[in-house]
Amino acid sequence: MNNLAQFRNKNHVKILVKKLHSNYPGGTLKLMEVCGTHTMAIARYGLRGLMPDGLKLISGPGCPVCVTPASIINASIKLSELPGTVIITFGDMMRVQGTHVTGTRVTGTHVPWSEKTLEIRKAEGADVRIIYSVLDMLEMAREEKNKNFVFISIGFETTTPGIAISIIEAKKIGLKNVFFLTANRLIVPAMHALCRAADIQIHGFLCPGHVSVIIGYDAYREIADQYSIPCVVAGFEPVDILLAIDDIIERISKKSAGVGNAYGRVVTERGNTQAMDIMHQVFKPVRAEWRGIGSIPNSGLDLRDEYTHFDALKKFNIKLVSQPEPKGCKCGDVLRGVIIPPECGLFSKTCTPETPVGPCMVSTEGSCAAYYKYGVGAE
Amino acid sequence: MCLAIPGRVISIEGMTGIIDLGGVKRKTYLQLVPEVKAGDYVLVHAGFAIQVIEEEEAKATLELLDEYFRSEETRAEESR
Repeated sequence: MNNLAQFRNKNHVKILVKKLHSNYPGGTLKLMEVCGTHTMAIARYGLRGLMPDGLKLISGPGCPVCVTPASIINASIKLSELPGTVIITFGDMMRVQGTHVTGTRVTGTHVPWSEKTLEIRKAEGADVRIIYSVLDMLEMAREEKNKNFVFISIGFETTTPGIAISIIEAKKIGLKNVFFLTANRLIVPAMHALCRAADIQIHGFLCPGHVSVIIGYDAYREIADQYSIPCVVAGFEPVDILLAIDDIIERISKKSAGVGNAYGRVVTERGNTQAMDIMHQVFKPVRAEWRGIGSIPNSGLDLRDEYTHFDALKKFNIKLVSQPEPKGCKCGDVLRGVIIPPECGLFSKTCTPETPVGPCMVSTEGSCAAYYKYGVGAE
Repeated sequence: MCLAIPGRVISIEGMTGIIDLGGVKRKTYLQLVPEVKAGDYVLVHAGFAIQVIEEEEAKATLELLDEYFRSEETRAEESR
């Protein structure tokens, strides 16, 4: 793929922006991206500044770390306190707080509030390890048989098939010391919830490129048909994103929603069906909580009966307890696209990447982190 | 978190492959792309190859853009 640079080509960008301006039907239109990597790419390449007046790019619940409920973080903290237990996680989860006790600022640390994160637990001596691939955990578990390994299993459809493979593999080799705290989420049910919400108006969806590699662009047809909202899959280079925006605007102008694919080099109509089959072999859809959004039917994944012995909550008898959001934190409204990060009273004041209050500032792909890193004036 | 990086498959052994990710060689799991061959470009996410990249598709997109760009330039020259 030595032609990737061409998807950042200045001339191509100019053409697409010109086309977008000349095709823009006027008025206010809100396009939502539901992918943290898009959030970062749009901010990094300054694409908001190239949009016609009235065209707003808003961020939805596309960052798996941000939508993971505080109850899961609390459970992972509890698990890290069990003797002989190793917590295995993707790096982004290290600094997310669970329960907040507002107003009790801890001075002299990077964390402003009193409650714990996995990072703090590690500093306190807990065995918390960051991994690149979940299969690496199986190798650790084979070598350290006297310890229990718990994987904090988060992610959308891009990540979940790999986790499913590791669960199948753990069963096949008969590992008795690996467990999964499952908080994986499905993106299409969340899009339904957003479309049904009374306080958000979305005119088009910029669909997540790498989730779509797995689920295929046809997965969005139910959204496009049911709510007459165009759904177009985008890649992550500026040309990819502009191609998708152009397509959405054209569909809005023609008043025919439908689904489009501006990331044809990796996304197909049906996606990676092998990966979907593996995911469904291990997991079944269940109602699940999204941080800041609430409970959404069929949006989470639970282990199927033949794999429940890998369930960390069951094994260690831990109950998930819903938690209120920290006082003043508007991550819920940010995740639903109701407000943009600078409209939150805490943004860049008490809440910064060094001292984050909410998950959207903690995660490197959170909307608040993106706005902070690339400038408040990004809009 | 759904970041995925393109890389070229150098060798395959069973369900794992060595992938060249921009000069860095990395062991990658291939269970999700059973059809992959050495020499193919794949998209890698969290240690797994999740798709084989269609180079022809990428070229087609770029050719369309090039064509559009050329026609725009011609139009601009004609109007001068």
